[in-house]
Amino acid sequence: MLDYETLRVIWWLILGVLLIGFAITDGFDMGVAAIFRFISRSEDERHALLSSVEPVWEGNQVWFILAGGATFAAWPLLYATSFSGLYPAIFLLLLTFILRPVGFGFRSHVDDPRWRNLWDWVLFGSGTGAALLFGVAFGNLFLGVPFHFDALQRPVYTGGFFNLLHPFALTVGVVSLAMLVMHGAAYAALKVEQPLSQRAAALGGIAALVFAAAFLVAGFWVVGGLDGYHIVSAVDPLAPSNPLLKTVERVPRAWLDNYRIQPLLWIAPVGAVLMAVTTWLLLLRRRPGLAFLSSCGVQTCTILCGGFALFPFLLPSSTDPGHSLTVWDASSSAKTLLIMLVAVAIFLPLILAYTSWVYRVLKGRITLAHIRRESGLY
Amino acid sequence: MIDIDVVNLSRLQFALTALYHFLFVPLTLGLSMILLIMEATYVMTGREIWKRMTKFWGALFGINFAMGVATGITMEFQFGTNWAYYSHYVGDIFGAPLALEGLMAFFLESTFVGLFFFGWDRLSKVGHLIVTGLVALGSSFSALWILIANAWMQFPVGATFNYQTMRMELTSFTDVLFNPVAQAKFVHTVAAGYVVGSVFVLAISAWYLLRGRNEAVARRSMAVAASFGLACSLSVVVLGDESGYVAGENQKMKIAAIEAAWHTEPPPAGFTVFGLPDVAQRTTHAEVKVPWLLGLIATRSLDKTLPGIFDLVERARERIINGIEAHKALRVLRAHPNDAAARATFEKYQVDLGYGLLLLRQTGDPAKATAQQIDTAAWSTVPNVPVLFFSFRAMVALGFFFIFLFSTAFYLASRHRFQRNRWFLKLAFFSLPLPWIAAELGWVVAEYGRQPWAIDGLLPTFLGVSTTSATNVTLSLVGFVVFYTTLAVVDIFLMRRVIRRGPEGLGYWPPREDSHAGL
Repeated sequence: MLDYETLRVIWWLILGVLLIGFAITDGFDMGVAAIFRFISRSEDERHALLSSVEPVWEGNQVWFILAGGATFAAWPLLYATSFSGLYPAIFLLLLTFILRPVGFGFRSHVDDPRWRNLWDWVLFGSGTGAALLFGVAFGNLFLGVPFHFDALQRPVYTGGFFNLLHPFALTVGVVSLAMLVMHGAAYAALKVEQPLSQRAAALGGIAALVFAAAFLVAGFWVVGGLDGYHIVSAVDPLAPSNPLLKTVERVPRAWLDNYRIQPLLWIAPVGAVLMAVTTWLLLLRRRPGLAFLSSCGVQTCTILCGGFALFPFLLPSSTDPGHSLTVWDASSSAKTLLIMLVAVAIFLPLILAYTSWVYRVLKGRITLAHIRRESGLY
Repeated sequence: MIDIDVVNLSRLQFALTALYHFLFVPLTLGLSMILLIMEATYVMTGREIWKRMTKFWGALFGINFAMGVATGITMEFQFGTNWAYYSHYVGDIFGAPLALEGLMAFFLESTFVGLFFFGWDRLSKVGHLIVTGLVALGSSFSALWILIANAWMQFPVGATFNYQTMRMELTSFTDVLFNPVAQAKFVHTVAAGYVVGSVFVLAISAWYLLRGRNEAVARRSMAVAASFGLACSLSVVVLGDESGYVAGENQKMKIAAIEAAWHTEPPPAGFTVFGLPDVAQRTTHAEVKVPWLLGLIATRSLDKTLPGIFDLVERARERIINGIEAHKALRVLRAHPNDAAARATFEKYQVDLGYGLLLLRQTGDPAKATAQQIDTAAWSTVPNVPVLFFSFRAMVALGFFFIFLFSTAFYLASRHRFQRNRWFLKLAFFSLPLPWIAAELGWVVAEYGRQPWAIDGLLPTFLGVSTTSATNVTLSLVGFVVFYTTLAVVDIFLMRRVIRRGPEGLGYWPPREDSHAGL
């Protein structure tokens, strides 16, 4: 059977897979929501852009919900600590995740410019807001979050909302926003007709370059001496999950440790930048299909790049580094991990299969004729 | 110490957001089934009107579905934001059904719901019917997993406390899966959702018939709602989940509180039809009882006793005293994990650890609790008797009313006599809010009746809370109230609009010539 250590590593990978699935699918929803006001010139065009997302956003959003549920089941301490600690940020994130569904669901119902304008800006806010918040949260994982555990092992967060707005975290926020705008633009370029498609591609190209620049800034920040975290005591990867038994040091450049041990990992950051440039070129050459694929590659590489740097840390504590959550001490029991792994092994391939079937049914560009026919559907 | 303000605010926020979410869920459950019935009729008979009906009710389903998805996210994330210790303490077990819900059910339902709306021209008739079926299946599956998770809070099986990790850990997944409370709850809740959907369709169709418009759609819709609703309203009452209440200790307390049964009666216990429970005096005034009935319903036997509140409190007191020992031993074990004596003591008393934790509300150290504090803690295991007593009776009365409503509708539908019975159409229309009231009351009985426990006997609610500040929770609570109220206004506005416009107002009726053109 799989031992506890292997199960923990597999579940770390599954968390990565779910995040990547979320970024690739829900990412283009957020991206399209963020940009559709700026590249459209008429209600028909706005309708076309939103129609590219409307049939699929529900399914896409489940990646996020599943990532949350899987974190609850497999990494309960991470779920408890991060969500309660980042309380105001999570509340804002929730608002964006509530507003997007109702925005998509409600906007087209009433044929009144004021109504539609209102929902357009709600959608814009929910798309950009979520993309920024995700990036800022991810950036804070590198910085560490101020928390510790009390005698009952309750997580206690000692920072405020504005502690999260460190310049490095904001840079990662820009990385995330640019990445999702690029992704949404590539998707839009693929799904709508000219000249709208061309406008989406142009904006997507700019976003790809902004992404590459912001990614490099964040990268050089880490290489140039950002404090990382490093376990100095012996680790037993088979021990029951108790995050209080280790010693952790804050050391400059510790986030490069894994890259030093295994230089092959550099594929991820190098791939992210190269594929962003490729996405830009492909959008420029009017190859939106390939550009979208390349953009998916950027998302994958970016998330992997962060994961490789942080491993085995899930949530470092800046105030009590010894209480940091790692892959070895924040997981569920081996039994739960195994049962849930079996469920994932059965259902994730099924989900991928029927999701791709649905996308195949919906494939093809959205034309004006198509919109006029389906308008008033709700 | 625990910040009681944070506890109360978090409880209020959880109750409000859950009750709000539960306005949309039952309608999703019910309407998805009714859509499936209508579309199946369309596929079998080939008559366009059934397709029109599916699309019309589907438009209302769509508005409701978006609200259900949006408010459901709050529920999943609230465990982490406001109930962090709960999440840590039981995540090993409780997280699994939530994740499985996403994997097995919610993905299915959400991926196909888009095709339900946008796939009419892209799929064959049967293909689209299968899509609708998968949406309905996904919704009901979703309810199954959520109720397995909820049933574990009511009757936690298949788990044990691990002092090394300071949390509950899974010992038997099959026990969690086949929890008897989960089965009772699933059947009852899903059937209640179907009733909500049926009353919704019945009431709106009645409104059309009262105004003499859209008669073809309204009459057929009414017939579907009447027959489906009749079957479901019978199921809700017959399969009421009271039978699940005898399973656990707190479930017994809940049924005693529902019945305001202060003292144990010789079996089979009588059912109190009416009374005025008096919490201060710990007695019920002006009782009207039906002999035998409760014992029959709850235990399905003539000789099993249903313990009264006083006896259950005595039992709780004994468990609190054992729990103090468990808590003491746990403290020793935390400092010296290899202390064999402490481990033996802990293993002996660990089933009562949760009762010891009840004292943490009054004292930082349960070992030093006074007899007075133990008494307060023991009586704190009694949920709010009058609220449960009246909520339950109101819910049951509504349940019987729905049976009357649907049997009358069924009779009138089979005789084609709706037009001549305007009183009934009015009754049906004004019944529109009732199934929601019944469903919300059901939530109150089940969840408010679970107090003071988050997890029955294992984790008191007040202890499950996060260490976040009261200011944070106040702000988020105000935010939710403002935001949810706005959404409710928009939701009702859109629903009314679609209903007033009727099936013709949807824009695709009559079907346009190009509806079969490719893209």
